[in-house]
Amino acid sequence: MILMKDVYKTYDNGVTALNGINVEIGQGEFVYIVGPSGAGKSSFIKLLYRELKPTRGTLYINNKDVSQIKEKDVPLLRRDMGVIFQDFRLLPKLSIYENVAFALEVIEETPRNIRKRVMEVLDLVGLKNKARFFPSELSGGEQQRVSIARAIVNRPKIVIADEPTGNLDPETSWDIMRVFEEINNSGTTILMATHSKEIVNTIKKRVIAIEDGMIVRDEHRGDYGYES
Amino acid sequence: MKARTIKRHFREGVKNILRNGWMTVASVGAVTVTLLLVGAFLGLILNLNHMAEKIEEDVVVKVLIDLAADEDKVLELGQEIEKLPGVSNVVFSSKEEELTSLIESMGEGGEVWSLYEQENPLNHAYIIKADDPHETQAIAVAVEKLDGVDSVTYGQEVAQNLFKFTDYARTIGIILIAGLVLTAIFLISNTIKLTIMARSREIGIMKLVGATNGFIRGPFFIEGFLLGVLGSIIPIVAVLGGYKFIESSISGMSSIGFVEILPFNPFAWQLSLIILLIGAGIGMWGSLMSVRKFLKV
Repeated sequence: MILMKDVYKTYDNGVTALNGINVEIGQGEFVYIVGPSGAGKSSFIKLLYRELKPTRGTLYINNKDVSQIKEKDVPLLRRDMGVIFQDFRLLPKLSIYENVAFALEVIEETPRNIRKRVMEVLDLVGLKNKARFFPSELSGGEQQRVSIARAIVNRPKIVIADEPTGNLDPETSWDIMRVFEEINNSGTTILMATHSKEIVNTIKKRVIAIEDGMIVRDEHRGDYGYES
Repeated sequence: MKARTIKRHFREGVKNILRNGWMTVASVGAVTVTLLLVGAFLGLILNLNHMAEKIEEDVVVKVLIDLAADEDKVLELGQEIEKLPGVSNVVFSSKEEELTSLIESMGEGGEVWSLYEQENPLNHAYIIKADDPHETQAIAVAVEKLDGVDSVTYGQEVAQNLFKFTDYARTIGIILIAGLVLTAIFLISNTIKLTIMARSREIGIMKLVGATNGFIRGPFFIEGFLLGVLGSIIPIVAVLGGYKFIESSISGMSSIGFVEILPFNPFAWQLSLIILLIGAGIGMWGSLMSVRKFLKV
């Protein structure tokens, strides 16, 4: 599914973000990426959706060598995965419905299938009745659920979330986590970078801890391991 | 790319145009001014070309016959001229006819010349037309050597001067048009750049969701195209209206009746089509130039 071999990432300004990462993540796993700020979590995540290229090493996703992928094929890679951010990244001028539909318009899905599938995922995240609203009219938790809906609307094998609960209050965060678990139960791999000790320690999953650009801990049903 | 995707790009492109307000007006204005001048220059240059060709076709060699030549000699000369290679026809013009046409061509002032009707000082003449206008000079040289010829004149210089003038006009026109076209492209690409900068975050999000560069470029391409087409409306109306007006006022003036411009139909329509194509081209080029940079991120 995801395989990293000796992955290094050094930025142009000389900062080394990743310092030899070796990891394998199988289909259907739910993985937390934890670690202090600046340890390389974000770089790790960005490599996966090809915002960054590794300086050295190989990275396979769905048996494709992402480090060799051509610039024009990057969009194709991203259609096989859903990406979720702390700041939601919704298109402000589009309604909730249109935001989710956009991911399907991009792959030139038929209008009929788009309508059906969008309502399906909005139902899944519990926002069916807000389809006509605009992002600015929704709460943070609701917006994050929209971005989750958008991420899963074309049935990706992997969902990558970069601190999805970072901007949300604890109660909303639990709602979001329930959605993630549901998605995971249907067989989708989930990688989630997080700072939330409560979540990691309560919903026990595989935990990968990154410090100074290296994996220092990788355990199933692990703990957060840091004093938040 | 599927039809509904193109429809979507159109919808988004139109939205951008409406959203950009005054910048849209500015770039449409730039295209309008450019195309107005392009239209005027093209119309002028093509007509000058046409006129020069027409005049060249009409170039004749005029042979003034020696005053001392008697009637036999004149006839003999006529036959000799007809035998020359490249001569298409020869017309005899007596000195009386010459005087009449001279008086006519002088208009009001010609009256003075009618005094000479008693004692006509003019020569008899032959008017020679060549098969190919470019052979005129060769014929003139050959005729000059014949017996009984006083002098030879031909109007080729007029045509050549006109051609020279047309050449200058064309060069200046092309330089001006090129400068204006570049300005218009620059303005359009700036307008679109404004849209893109305001939406660079959105473009980033679109790329994360898996939109290809082509998909993102689509609406901007349409926007540029529409800006160009909008900018060509006024110039096309001006060309059609203006040309109609010029054509009718020229045909109404007898004093310049020899000026023959290209007919309204199809010339004005062809010119309009050219203007439309240049407008659309400017728009699309401008949009591609500005988008290219932003998609590299």
